[in-house]
Amino acid sequence: MDTRLEKKKLSLRERYHLMTRGLGWEPTYQPADKVFPFTTYEGIKIHDWDKFEDPFRLTMDAYWKYQGEKEKKLYAVIDAFAQNNGFLNISDARYLNAIKIFIQGVTPLEYYAHRGFAFAGRHFRGEGLRVACQMQSLDELRHTQTEIHAISPYNRFFNGFHHPRHWFDRMWYLSVPKSFFEDANTGGPFEFLTAISFSFEYVLTNLLFLPFMSGAAYNGDLSTVTFGFSAQSDESRHMTLGIECIKFMLEQDEANVPIVQHWIDKWFWRGYRVLTLVGMMMDYMLPKRVMSWREAWEIYGEQNGGALFNDLARYGIREPAGFRDAIDGKDHISHQAWLTFYTYNPLAAFHTWVPTDAELDWLSAKYPESFDKYYRPRLLYLREQEKAGKPVANKNLPLLCNVCQIPMFFTEPGNPRMICYRESVYEGERYHFCSDHCKAIFDHEPEKYVQSWLPVQQILQGNCFKPGTDPTAPGFDPVAAVLDYYELNVGRDNFWYEGSEDQRNFAAWRAAAQNN
Amino acid sequence: MAVKAVKPYRFPPRDTVEKFPAPLLFIGWEDHFMFVAPICVPVPSEAPFQVVIDKVLPEAYGQHPDFARIEWDKVEWFRSGEPFRPDPAKSLKENGLGHKSVIRFRTPGLEGIGGAYF
Amino acid sequence: MSDVFIALQDTDEARPIIEAILADNPKARLTHSPAMVKIDVPQRLVIRRRSIEEITGLPFDLQRIHVSLISLSGHIEEDDDEFVLSWKR
Ligand SMILES: [Fe+2]
Ligand SMILES: [Fe+2]
Repeated sequence: MDTRLEKKKLSLRERYHLMTRGLGWEPTYQPADKVFPFTTYEGIKIHDWDKFEDPFRLTMDAYWKYQGEKEKKLYAVIDAFAQNNGFLNISDARYLNAIKIFIQGVTPLEYYAHRGFAFAGRHFRGEGLRVACQMQSLDELRHTQTEIHAISPYNRFFNGFHHPRHWFDRMWYLSVPKSFFEDANTGGPFEFLTAISFSFEYVLTNLLFLPFMSGAAYNGDLSTVTFGFSAQSDESRHMTLGIECIKFMLEQDEANVPIVQHWIDKWFWRGYRVLTLVGMMMDYMLPKRVMSWREAWEIYGEQNGGALFNDLARYGIREPAGFRDAIDGKDHISHQAWLTFYTYNPLAAFHTWVPTDAELDWLSAKYPESFDKYYRPRLLYLREQEKAGKPVANKNLPLLCNVCQIPMFFTEPGNPRMICYRESVYEGERYHFCSDHCKAIFDHEPEKYVQSWLPVQQILQGNCFKPGTDPTAPGFDPVAAVLDYYELNVGRDNFWYEGSEDQRNFAAWRAAAQNN
Repeated sequence: MAVKAVKPYRFPPRDTVEKFPAPLLFIGWEDHFMFVAPICVPVPSEAPFQVVIDKVLPEAYGQHPDFARIEWDKVEWFRSGEPFRPDPAKSLKENGLGHKSVIRFRTPGLEGIGGAYF
Repeated sequence: MSDVFIALQDTDEARPIIEAILADNPKARLTHSPAMVKIDVPQRLVIRRRSIEEITGLPFDLQRIHVSLISLSGHIEEDDDEFVLSWKR
């Protein structure tokens, strides 16, 4: 533990002020609004930038010290894990498919966050805010790197880990997280902070990093749980930045309230939609389960989110517009997503499966209102077809929501039998949405979302084939051409877990590890 | 509302009709979630609506055991959510279907596998 | 009345912090999950430097909490002696 010097020491508060204030200056070569061109156009009014204070009062010297310690601990674990063939001690190789989604869909977002906070740190005024953004930018780069390091040992043994950077910009389902973060990164600095630090980090990332990472530990994945918690310890600082920045905007000027409310509505919903993937990972992809998506949602979404919005009511902020519909979806979205990936598994770089009987029973117990009525019979049919050697594969291209880019499988609030269809016409073009809230996001800024890079439309426009592909050639197989463009290792990365190379290898290695 | 930006902000829409082999038609089969979401297919606007019934739907949904049992004269159609009576002999265009129109059909008596709308 | 919470890694280093929280917050509820501990307290949670020091017999800098911290909720007030989470300001 630290040794405390006996001589009179500055207090935490004094140290923080000395180390963060007075670092900036008024520019004289150029007018301030040219040096900081993005601080006012979003409509947020700030009267005193110095009112922002990091309640952790973390200064750069302390930051380096504690981050250095976290890194040393983490790399000791990663090393030990690799050295001791840790991949043989996970509960089941099915589990690793969740980690494939992580490296494919989450790690690239860490890098986007790094860039976003570098931008915000550069463009805010006020040293407190700038220092906090700079630290977060470094944290996010650290997360990118440690996740790649922690997960890369699996790439030596399992499929689906070899090409995440290439897939992120091309693969249909990865356009969901990608478009989410690009939407945030193309907002101004205040919207970016509300989107990522507040709506995503404060309200939603607990759902990913707490129950899921605890699940990783439960499934014997020491490497993942260690980077997960190491990253999440930075995350608590980020959440604090998020909530402080929200309060800062709300306290600075009353005119900021409706702008911030709109961003909360928008980014709560954007984040919630992305978390559909996490719901599916928790309910279906952890062979040993800590809690269901629904339980996690109730703790971190409803209780914790609810407490937060109660608290913000004194500024005139209400709960996000989509909050009730999000609560309504808790019995359904993880199952709907899993069924989607199962039937589209020939086109995805990870494996899916039908849960075992014991797992189906667990799901029935966790979802008494929905599972047996809607989802168990569907899964049983899939199992039957798989056993009969004709697994159900969906060859149709789906209609995607123009905002969240998820295939339109979400159902009407209160009616899980009906798909939710919404549409808008803007300048003569028709656009489709999965929900009232995605539609509202579009209607607010149609000029932005008319540019959506929707994977289905891109395939049909011929933009997802490798150069030199001739779609008019006799016998042209568009699906094969798209998979080639994705650089998916067909037969190894994709298709169902049952009968996969991952399954065979893991069984063989396990057997070899337990016998001589 | 409009995007707030530091400069004029206008970009062409990415999915206009001339970029596709034919206008896109989105189709959903009510009570049948095996196919997850409405489908997206390019269909020429001059094609008679009968093509949807004879060619597009069998290709998309033929593997479903309910599909062969559909009684087409009993099918209920919806266009952008509103009840709609397509004329099979007339073209998509004459039936009021353009680029990115969405239609749904309900097949009374057929509610998917296991009574679970699959 | 809303709860605030703190989640800490279930490690040797975090143990005296957890113990101190439970001693200083009589209404604290502790939940164990694999590799982590979550503590919920109605309205306000306090971590006192002195309580941790009394348990370990060693000086403790409250900023060391960062090394064991996983997540938290509520508004933060921190100085050299106390770290407070609350829904009241
Ligand atoms: Fe991160
Ligand atoms: Fe959507």
